[in-house]
Amino acid sequence: MPSLRLVNVVKTYGKSKAIDNLNLMVEDGELLTLLGPSGCGKTTTLRAVIGFVALESGDIYIGDRKISDIPPEKRGVGLVFQNYALWPHMTVSQNLAFGLQLKKMPKNQIRKKVAEGLSIVKLEGLENRYPRQLSGGQQQRVALARALVLEPDILLLDEPLSNLDALLREQMRFEIAQLHKQYGLTTIYVTHDQTEAMVISDRIAVLDKGRLMQLGTPWEIYSRPANKFVAGFMGTTNFIRGKVEDISGDYAVVRTNDGLILQGRGRGLQKGQEVEVAVRPENVEFLSDLQASNAPKALNIFDARITRATYVGELIDYQLHIHDSLIRAKGDVRTKQVAGETVKIRIDPDQLSVHQV
Amino acid sequence: MFSKKMLIVSLEIILLVVVFLLIIWPMMSLFIWSIAETWYWPNTLPQKIGFEYWKQALGLQKSLAIGAVSIVPAFFLSLMIAMIVVVISMLIAIPAGYALAKYRIPFGGFILFLFLMPNAFPQQPVFVNLLHIFTKLGLAGTVQGVILVHILVGLVFGVWITNATFKSIPPHMEEAARSVGAGKLRAFFRITLPLAAPGLLASAVFVFITSLDEFTGTFFVGLPFVNTLPMTLYSSSGYNMQFASVIAIILLIPSILFMALIQGVLKAEYVGGMG
Repeated sequence: MPSLRLVNVVKTYGKSKAIDNLNLMVEDGELLTLLGPSGCGKTTTLRAVIGFVALESGDIYIGDRKISDIPPEKRGVGLVFQNYALWPHMTVSQNLAFGLQLKKMPKNQIRKKVAEGLSIVKLEGLENRYPRQLSGGQQQRVALARALVLEPDILLLDEPLSNLDALLREQMRFEIAQLHKQYGLTTIYVTHDQTEAMVISDRIAVLDKGRLMQLGTPWEIYSRPANKFVAGFMGTTNFIRGKVEDISGDYAVVRTNDGLILQGRGRGLQKGQEVEVAVRPENVEFLSDLQASNAPKALNIFDARITRATYVGELIDYQLHIHDSLIRAKGDVRTKQVAGETVKIRIDPDQLSVHQV
Repeated sequence: MFSKKMLIVSLEIILLVVVFLLIIWPMMSLFIWSIAETWYWPNTLPQKIGFEYWKQALGLQKSLAIGAVSIVPAFFLSLMIAMIVVVISMLIAIPAGYALAKYRIPFGGFILFLFLMPNAFPQQPVFVNLLHIFTKLGLAGTVQGVILVHILVGLVFGVWITNATFKSIPPHMEEAARSVGAGKLRAFFRITLPLAAPGLLASAVFVFITSLDEFTGTFFVGLPFVNTLPMTLYSSSGYNMQFASVIAIILLIPSILFMALIQGVLKAEYVGGMG
């Protein structure tokens, strides 16, 4: 399986840049997710790889083969569409066989390949159905099988699960991840759903306004966001504004206007700089009375007043007042606090990230 | 007891009667006229019925009555003209409709509007001018000239309906074909064209019927040398009601057959999956 490389890719629509000088390398056999809000350029990037949009400048390579100047049908790239795009006038097996016929494959071999493709996506027995006679999930599988039977060098998946209901979506996520593990196709997966990206990806590329904001493993993207955009896009995040007071190595001490002092991770910062500290709700740790009395007056331990406590089943969603800052926190249902109480909380400096404004 | 069901049933009956009066009754009257050999005022129904006029019209029996000629040659001429018009119109309409639907063509909307022009103006002045031009070109009074006029009138249905049809086919259909290795042409012929078939057929039928029924243009450009079925109908209608009724019914037959054909095709399985 070859790798895919995008070099200085630029695509503009009128005055706005859909892809702004993108450099990206998808490793051999890797599943890379392009993640971002709508309009971030992820779908445009995907369509550039298969050749449905012409580039202003830049090149795309599969291995050493330059593909950016050859037509889509000759690139060896498979695509699964968001709305499946099955051909309604063909049966399931005709849908799968079409690409194989174009390859001039002998008939008995086509039949074998189609059967194989249907068994991969567990749709044996539906060969002669028309797409409209299938459920959304089944159509999705047919679309996947149609791309897979051709054994493309690169597989592209354009929000393939966004039209399915929640339960099915979760199930298909794991199935796609499983299929990927099994066949090891170099794959680009486009989604705006961060949970999906976390579950499925080897690496995630977060895009905004056509630019690459961060490229890394799901853990890196979530726990070590490189900038405010990534921190804000992934999960729920509280932002607390302040000024850098001190820097030591990879850590910075930040003082807010109301006198709160926080330590967190942050690189490339300068003393006195305006920053925002990103706090994830699940990283707010509630200290018991015992822990609180044992803890030295250390950094990142605060008194907080609970202004709202909402039971949501698996956890309690709190709204806390720390000095003048209002933040959300997630708490264990077994130690329920009520609104109006004052508690001691701690936030691990490693779980705090400090970003330039 | 006056229930809701009864109300619905009685409304249905009223609707049926209205439909009957509006659509079936005029046709009935046509049919009765076509078999009325003798029918004088104040009789409600013909005094003598028979297929004399049908036989005359179909050339099975000679008659010296005014307007009574065999319509068989006119019928075949009309059919031939209509078929040629359909073929040429669709050869223009399919690429034009496709291009206007799929590509960003400058003034695309205006080009579509241009096809409407021959039908948007009063037809007589348009065709009087056309006769003038056609006379210079030597096309007046020729079958080719009449074919050109019919194309001019029918192309609006050809281009507009094919354009709407191609617009209704999602671009993903062709892109999916490209993604499995089909070139542009193959994607069009194997995917888009079959998906568009019902719409294209509908458009062809409209062109066909338009040509079959075309009157004004043929009247100015074709007469007296090109006698299509509507021309024959016109020349006999003033003198011979029975004969005119026969022609009218014959003119209706291809239209009804084609309508039935569209109905059948539009109900085909895959249309439901489109969209």
